[in-house]
Amino acid sequence: MTERVPLITMQLMGKPYSVPSGLTIMAAIEFAGYKLVRGAGCRGGFCGACPTLYRREGSHRMFTALACQTLVEDGMSLVQMPFVPLATKPYELAAITPRANTILSHFPEIAGCVACNTCTRACPQGLQVMDYIQAALRGDIKRVSLLSFDCISCGICSSRCPADIKHYAVGQLARRIYGRFITPAEPHLAERVSELEAGQFTSELTEMMHMSQAELRARYEQRSFEVVDDGGEHSATKRYNSPVDPVDFQDEIEG
Amino acid sequence: MELIDGYPESMRESIALVERTRPARLGVTFPAMSLEERKTLLTRFHPDYKANQKRALLFGPSKGMVVSHELADLFEARPLIRSSLDLTKIDTEVDLLVIGGGGAGTVAAIWAVKEGLDPNRVLVATKLRHGDSNSTMAQGGIQAADRPHDSPIHHYLDVMGGGHFTNRPELVRALVNDAPQIIQWHESLGVMYDKDAQGHFVENPGGGTSRNRMHSARDYTGLEIMRVLRDEARNLGIPVVEFSPAIELLCDERGHVAGAVLVNMETKRYHIIRAKATIITTGGLGRLHMQQFPTTNHYGATADGLVLAYRVGADLVDLEAIQYHPTGAAFPAQMAGLLITEKVRGLGAQPVNIHGDQFVFPLEPRDVEASAFIRECEEVGLGIETPYGMNGVWLDSPMVDILHGPGTIRSALPAMFRMYTRFGIDMTRDPILVFPTLHYQNGGIATDEHGATSVPGLYAAGEVMGGVHGKNRLMGNSLLDFNVFGRRAGIAAAEYARDHKPGRLTLAHVDAYEHMLRESGVETTRTAPRILPDYRGKEALERYLDIPL
Repeated sequence: MTERVPLITMQLMGKPYSVPSGLTIMAAIEFAGYKLVRGAGCRGGFCGACPTLYRREGSHRMFTALACQTLVEDGMSLVQMPFVPLATKPYELAAITPRANTILSHFPEIAGCVACNTCTRACPQGLQVMDYIQAALRGDIKRVSLLSFDCISCGICSSRCPADIKHYAVGQLARRIYGRFITPAEPHLAERVSELEAGQFTSELTEMMHMSQAELRARYEQRSFEVVDDGGEHSATKRYNSPVDPVDFQDEIEG
Repeated sequence: MELIDGYPESMRESIALVERTRPARLGVTFPAMSLEERKTLLTRFHPDYKANQKRALLFGPSKGMVVSHELADLFEARPLIRSSLDLTKIDTEVDLLVIGGGGAGTVAAIWAVKEGLDPNRVLVATKLRHGDSNSTMAQGGIQAADRPHDSPIHHYLDVMGGGHFTNRPELVRALVNDAPQIIQWHESLGVMYDKDAQGHFVENPGGGTSRNRMHSARDYTGLEIMRVLRDEARNLGIPVVEFSPAIELLCDERGHVAGAVLVNMETKRYHIIRAKATIITTGGLGRLHMQQFPTTNHYGATADGLVLAYRVGADLVDLEAIQYHPTGAAFPAQMAGLLITEKVRGLGAQPVNIHGDQFVFPLEPRDVEASAFIRECEEVGLGIETPYGMNGVWLDSPMVDILHGPGTIRSALPAMFRMYTRFGIDMTRDPILVFPTLHYQNGGIATDEHGATSVPGLYAAGEVMGGVHGKNRLMGNSLLDFNVFGRRAGIAAAEYARDHKPGRLTLAHVDAYEHMLRESGVETTRTAPRILPDYRGKEALERYLDIPL
C-alpha cells in the first residue's frame, strides 16, 4: 500500500525546491541534488554536524534544528550552519581544584550572560542551556554537569548568544571536573587493576588461550549466568548517578 | 496517512495485542538457545550465509577470502592517484600520522603523546570532523570485568563464544585484560559513567554476557567517551586536520609505510605527509549498504582503511562476517536503520511478534538475535508490516519502566526517548518496531596484540582492525576495543617512530596494485577509496551536468 507522497516546497539558501513530504531536512537537501560534505556526520542525532537555521512562513522567528532529526515543512526557508568556530584555553584536568569559581575563571565571559534564554530556545536537544550557564556562574558544577549531559556540541547555542558564551565548552569542563573529582571513585576498580598488574589472571587466561576448541566450547556451555536483575547491591538499574533528567530539573525550577 | 500517536491503525491493532500479553510476559523469558540451535538458525537466516552475495578476492595477501560484493568492488577498483604524483615536496613531516579521528585514532594519538612523542610531531587526519564517527554513536555501554564476582576469565569466555570461537586468542586476552585499566583511565579523565552514590558503576547485562559488566553513561556512552577524549587531545595540543581523508598510503623504497597522501575535500588540494609510523583508525563500512541494508553507521563509514592497507600488502582477517544489529529502527521511515541500543533489551524489553508473543531469548549474541528476527518476519510470517512495506518485530519498550520504575527510560535511555519523541512516538507507552540493520565490521586489518600489521610502519586499531571479535562482536566490546587497541597501537607506534626513519617516498605499490588488477582480469573504471556514499535524488541526477565552474 504505497501512497503517492505529496510534494512540498522548501527554500534552500533562497532557492525553491520541490521535495516529498516526510523527509528529514537532510534527506530533502540530498533529494534536491546536493552532495553533502559538511553538514552531515552521524545522521542519527549524536554528532552535531548538521545544525540548521530556518524560518517558517507566517512567523517572525528564527528556528534551529538538526537536519537529520527534523522533518522538512512546506514553506520552510533554511540554511545549514555546518561549523561554529570554537577557541578555548587548554587546561590540565589533574591540576584543577574544583572550587566555586573554577568554571568562571576559565570562562569569564559567562558573567556576561543576560539571561535572555536564546540558547535554551535554540537547543535542538531541548536542554536547559541558560540554566546550566547560570549554575556555572554560581559554581554548582553538579548541576551544570547533569543539565548539560545530553549535549552533542552542535554549537547552535554559541552562534545565537549575545554574550558570545561557548556553552558547550563550559558544559564539557564542568562534566570532566564532576566525573573526576566530585563523583566518588568506584571502590572495587583499583583492586581489580592491581590484581591484573600483579598477573593474577595471567596463567588462567594463557591456559584458556591454548585450550582446544572442544574444551573451550564445553567451558562456555557450562558457564554460570548472573541473574538479570536481582534487586541486590549490584542491581543493574538501581540508583543512577543522574536520576534527575533535565526535565525534572525544569520542574523543580517551575515548581 | 492517518497516524494515531505516531502509528497507523494497522499497527495499532497489533500494539493492542502486545499490551494484552504484557502482564503474563513480565518475569517470564523465552529460553536461550544451545550452540547447536544457534548454528542452525544462523546458517538459515543470517545475511552472511545468503547465497550469491559474496565473492572471493582475486589477488593480494588475502586472495581467496570471500567478502560481500560491495566490499570486493572496492578492492577491485583503481586507485584515485597514479604513481607519477609529485612526491618531492613534502607538506608535513611528522613522527606519527593517525588516519581517522574517531575513538581509536584519538586514543592512539593521546597515548603516543603520553609515551613521549612531541604533540607537534603527531598529526590526526580525518574525513569529517574530529569525533564524527561510529564511536560517538555507540549508545549502550562498554564492557569491563571489574566487579568482585566477575573476572577477565568470564569476559574471555563470553567474547570467544560470541565470536563462535574464531577470535584470535591473544587479541581477546589483551581486550579483557586491559579493560579495567581503561575504565580507570576514563575515570581519571572525568568520563561520567552511571554510578550509585557510593561510586559503584551501574552495570547491565548485554547479549551473550554471563555477568553484568556493561558500564554506561545513560545511552550516550560513546558520545560521552568521545567528547572527553577529544577534549583531552585538544588540551594536549595534538593537531587534527578535518575534512582531509587519506586516499593512499606512502611507502619508502623498502616497502615500509611512511605516511600518506591526504586530500582536502573542499579544495581538492593534496597534501604529502611523511611519517615515521602510521596508524589506520578509519572505522567501519556500514555506508557500503551490503545487500541494501540500512545502517547505523556515520556518513563516512566506507571502509577506506581496508582499501589503503590492502594496497600496501597488509593481511586482512574475518571480513566475510558483517554484523547486523538486531534492533535497527523499522518505523517510522525517517528513522529506518538507526540504532536502537541493546541496552533497551538489557533493561528488560522483550522482542515480540504481531500477536505479542515472545519468540526468542532477548539477549542472544547479536547475529543469533538478528537471525531470529529475520526468521520471524520472513519464514514464520509473524512480523509487523509498515505502510511502506518494511517488516519488523516489536521491542516492548514500556516493560523497562514497568520493571524498573517510571522514569527509567527517560533517565537511562534519553537519546532513544528523544529520537522517538521527535518523530511522534512515545516509547514509554508504546512498543517500538525493529529490524536488523548493518552495524559493524567484525573483521578487518590483521594485527598483533600491539596493533602492528603485517607491513612495517603500519598499525591499525578500532573497527578497521580485525581478529578480536572473530565472526561476531558482543555489545560493549567495540568501545572497549578502540580504547584497548588504540592505546596499544599508540604506544607501539610511538616506540617504532623513535627507532625508525622513513626513506625516500614512493607510490610503487600503486603500480603494483594496478598490475595485479590487470593480471586478475579486472577491467573497471571504479575507483577507491569511496570516501562518501551518494544519496543525491535520482531526479536531480538525471539532469546533472558535469561541467567546470
